[in-house]
Amino acid sequence: MADDIFQGYKGHALEILKKHNARVWAHVKVDTTRGMFEGTILPRSENTDDKHLVLKIFTGYNIGLDVDTIRDIKELGYKKAVYKIPEKEFPYSEGKPNVKLLGTGGTIASRLDYRTGAVIPAFSPGELYGAVPELADICNLTTEKLFAVFSENMGPEQYKKLAVAIGNEIEKGIDGIIIGHGTDTMHYTSAALTFMVQDPPVPIVLVGSQRSSDRPSSDAALNLMHAATAAGHGDIAEVMVCMFGPTSDEYGFLHRGTRVRKMHSSYRSTFRTIGDTPLATVTRQGVTPIKTEYNHRRKDRKVKIMPYFEERVAMLYYYTNMNPDMIDAAVDNGYKGIIIIGTGLGHVNKPLYPAIKRAIQKGVAIYMTVQTLWGYVHMFVYDTGRDLMALGIVPAENMLPETAYIKLGWALGQTNDLEKVKEIMLTPINGEITKREPYNGYLIYQGGVPEVEAFIKQFHK
Amino acid sequence: MSSKFDPRRNYNETRKAIGYVPRSKATQKDYDRIGFTSGLEVHQQLNTREKLFCRCPAGIYQKADDYDAELIRHMRPTLSELGEYDGTALMEFKTRKKIIYRIKNQTACTYDVDDTPPFPLNREALEIAIELSLISKLNIVGEVHITRKQYLDGSIPTGFQRTAIIGVEGEMQLKNKKVKLIQLSLEEDACREVSDIGHVRVYRTDRLGMPLIETVTYPEFKNPDEVKEGADYIRFMNRSTGKVRTGIGSTRADVNVSCTGGTRIEIKGVAHTSWMPELTHNEVFRQWALLHIKEMLLERVKAPVEWKSSHKEVSAKEIGLKEDLIRALSQPSVKIYIINLPQYHGILSHFTQPGKMFADEFSDRLKVIACIEKPNMLHSEMPDDIAGKKVWAKVSSLLDSKEEDAQLIIWGDEDDIPTALETIEERCRMAFSGIPKETRKSLKDGTTIFERVLPGADRMYPDTDSAPIPLSDQRITEISQNLPVLVSERYAELTKWNVPEDTYTYILKNNLMPLIEKCQSDLGVEPRFTATLLAHTLKHIRGQHPAAPEFSFNKIYDLLGFLVNRKLDLAIARKMLYHLYQHPKMDFDSILVTMGFNEIPREEIIEKIPFLVKKYDQIKTSENSGAGVRWIMGHLSEKALGNMPLSELKEMILKEGMKD
Repeated sequence: MADDIFQGYKGHALEILKKHNARVWAHVKVDTTRGMFEGTILPRSENTDDKHLVLKIFTGYNIGLDVDTIRDIKELGYKKAVYKIPEKEFPYSEGKPNVKLLGTGGTIASRLDYRTGAVIPAFSPGELYGAVPELADICNLTTEKLFAVFSENMGPEQYKKLAVAIGNEIEKGIDGIIIGHGTDTMHYTSAALTFMVQDPPVPIVLVGSQRSSDRPSSDAALNLMHAATAAGHGDIAEVMVCMFGPTSDEYGFLHRGTRVRKMHSSYRSTFRTIGDTPLATVTRQGVTPIKTEYNHRRKDRKVKIMPYFEERVAMLYYYTNMNPDMIDAAVDNGYKGIIIIGTGLGHVNKPLYPAIKRAIQKGVAIYMTVQTLWGYVHMFVYDTGRDLMALGIVPAENMLPETAYIKLGWALGQTNDLEKVKEIMLTPINGEITKREPYNGYLIYQGGVPEVEAFIKQFHK
Repeated sequence: MSSKFDPRRNYNETRKAIGYVPRSKATQKDYDRIGFTSGLEVHQQLNTREKLFCRCPAGIYQKADDYDAELIRHMRPTLSELGEYDGTALMEFKTRKKIIYRIKNQTACTYDVDDTPPFPLNREALEIAIELSLISKLNIVGEVHITRKQYLDGSIPTGFQRTAIIGVEGEMQLKNKKVKLIQLSLEEDACREVSDIGHVRVYRTDRLGMPLIETVTYPEFKNPDEVKEGADYIRFMNRSTGKVRTGIGSTRADVNVSCTGGTRIEIKGVAHTSWMPELTHNEVFRQWALLHIKEMLLERVKAPVEWKSSHKEVSAKEIGLKEDLIRALSQPSVKIYIINLPQYHGILSHFTQPGKMFADEFSDRLKVIACIEKPNMLHSEMPDDIAGKKVWAKVSSLLDSKEEDAQLIIWGDEDDIPTALETIEERCRMAFSGIPKETRKSLKDGTTIFERVLPGADRMYPDTDSAPIPLSDQRITEISQNLPVLVSERYAELTKWNVPEDTYTYILKNNLMPLIEKCQSDLGVEPRFTATLLAHTLKHIRGQHPAAPEFSFNKIYDLLGFLVNRKLDLAIARKMLYHLYQHPKMDFDSILVTMGFNEIPREEIIEKIPFLVKKYDQIKTSENSGAGVRWIMGHLSEKALGNMPLSELKEMILKEGMKD
């Protein structure tokens, strides 16, 4: 680790540092053409240029110096920062539910390293207790870090491992499971777990944060408390996503794992149930169901773990003028299943027909979902739809595109028999296809559900 | 002993003991004796079209009750450098302030409420900040790093302020000394508070996110007047660019004060420089008083670590509170506690500020930290003993108090009582080490009250949502070629022009130097004339009439240009200004007509003098010398105004043999 003393510096900047015998964490005085600067040399973050040196000055601020302006660097001292998050033993209380937190790599709680600005994740129960002490009022928490990957790198391998780990925990007698997850692909994982962990006796709650926990206004701590409440005390034994209801710090929603979607790139209340209402609201006081039908918590330890996944499944988002070679490419690359996200009621243009025909003949399973997200695929209404069905495309009802993708991968992971696949696909496991859409299923403004319901009642839509 | 104890006398005696002098009588010697030291952090809003990190319009304000939506947040302390929560911050968190933001669609977007990451930094603001850094002789950084500075009070929905250093290590030249500057940063403004009652604090988000700069000086001011001088200098310098906002709330300063052996106390958001002398004077003596209290306590208590207060829950009846007090405290959730503070006799009524005693420090903290609204306590050394001696005797006996102790009665919602008790215990313990680190809010009477616990020193960390911005030499050079003249040079210029000193503030505050110079160079008008026209006549008019929206300082240039063109005497400008100010759209000829002005050749006026001299000789209204000149001037000056200088008219009258 000889290069560690120049942490992150490269190219020209590195040369200048070496020339002046300066290293990271040194307290220095820098003589430049723009005047004198004094401070501690900080590591340079990746993906930045090689033209600047970063100093933390005594007021706590960071500044950058153009290395070309540097005449001289004098080292006045050296102090390397070493940081550790404080560990406090998570207290065990008799009578509180036992909850397991499985980590996937998303940061739920963390602590700041003020000198580097790096965020140190808190994960062990002790660390979490140090960061969110209120958790101890809710449950007895244990944790296990399964892997450390960013949300966007979650995939079939992780889904399967998670499913198996959940199965083990249930067998061992846990009262509820929390899965810490990055938010970007949380709804893919929640769908996958719904299919892979069937009929669980306890709540399985995925949770994350939209604002990193290093900021005072973060949603992380509250989400974690809500998730712990839902997992430890809630009666809904399903795979759920637990995130903010409104953007205010008021209550969270529990969304069914197959009907939930991230709908805003940055809002706290980004997760919405599509085509239905959320399952329930959750506060630190408890879970209040919105839906009357759900799977109740059970005492038994029965659960069906089905960790299967065929990786050669693709999603094609149809756009006007899509060319047939897009489909050909998938087929030629050996894909066994394709989810098409079509326009309106589930349509694509005519020039694609030959390619679709060829794909079906080659044994590729093709399912249709809708770009509108809300509503069902209805391929009988127009000729186009009827043509496509004749070609062999199967309408996936009101399954969300991402859910359909996960389910097709899961189905093809179990069998190559396309009839069986079709049966699996169209038999709902937990709400991915609903028989009917309630009047309030198309409810874009879900934050403040009671108020919105009142509004709907009062005014013509 | 306690029966003879008079809190009022104790207050006066302790005030004397620490050597308090009112500011009007204080000399540099007094300030040197206690080691007055002060530094400034001056905030100045920049006049940009949009906010700093989003594209909302800047500078549009709403009334407190005008909003489209509200949202609620709680601020959670993050772990500090040492991996621990700050004690008081955690205490505050436990009492849970509900922060409500009032949002108006026109002025706030999802960035403002922290539901969208920042957009690229506003370039217009950056350039103004660089310009101001250059005038402040600061060393400009090579790369701007956006930093997050944590605030737990909720004034910014993210819980931190995005801020960036533009330059470090500069200086400014005051009348008698140079003051060094630590840094200049570009940052986003905070919300405006609507109310803060109990557990609910309400903010509006219109001002939030507007760009401002903060100029920070080293603590080099050695008396209260210097603080004001420094603040004025920075204010004038900012305004000299013509690119900053003016008006209420656009310039606010945090004033740091300490005394020898004291600590840096920050007086937040002082909106007027004229308040600074009194505030800093009182604060430095408050610290001096707290150090005196520390000495007294250390003499009495040999092992401060073991010091402990004791308390008991009581009913109002039990301690014999008067009927009206009982009634006020009789809601079911309100609990009453009595507290004994060992060895605190005579400390509670110790002087701290004019009209304030040590016990007030408890009350202020109970309000802020425990969220218990005032009045929130009674104490055994109140100058007006509302409770009465009998109550205190009962309280003392319930608590087993000794004569050298002091007692409090506090009350509040039962959920807030644990925090309240902790707050008082903590403040007492702090007294043993002197002055608690805190920020204080200024009051109009020149005193201050506790605002918040000073956050830990390490609350800055890089903003991971934005990339550093390199500043090229070329751009800095370009900006440096168009800098306004230094304020210190402006002062020199004003002196050279022989402009009366009482006009300086008005001229610099309103950035009128360029206008005065333009009138001189384009129109040949003497700077002294333009300066007094603006800073005497116009200032006077503005004080009496509301401004017409179309009026601007540039109208003065037009007015003088008109008079010079028409070869009229400039003295008439003062009179015309009254009309122009109220009817800025009126053309100048019409104004003259309205005033009844007639253009009369100079000779025609002078011709009349000999006749009036003779006339005066006949009537002789007064024996006083000069009366005749005045009589004749009275007849002619209205005609002369605008047609010839009145001084010349007077000369002509004297030439005709009249005595002055």
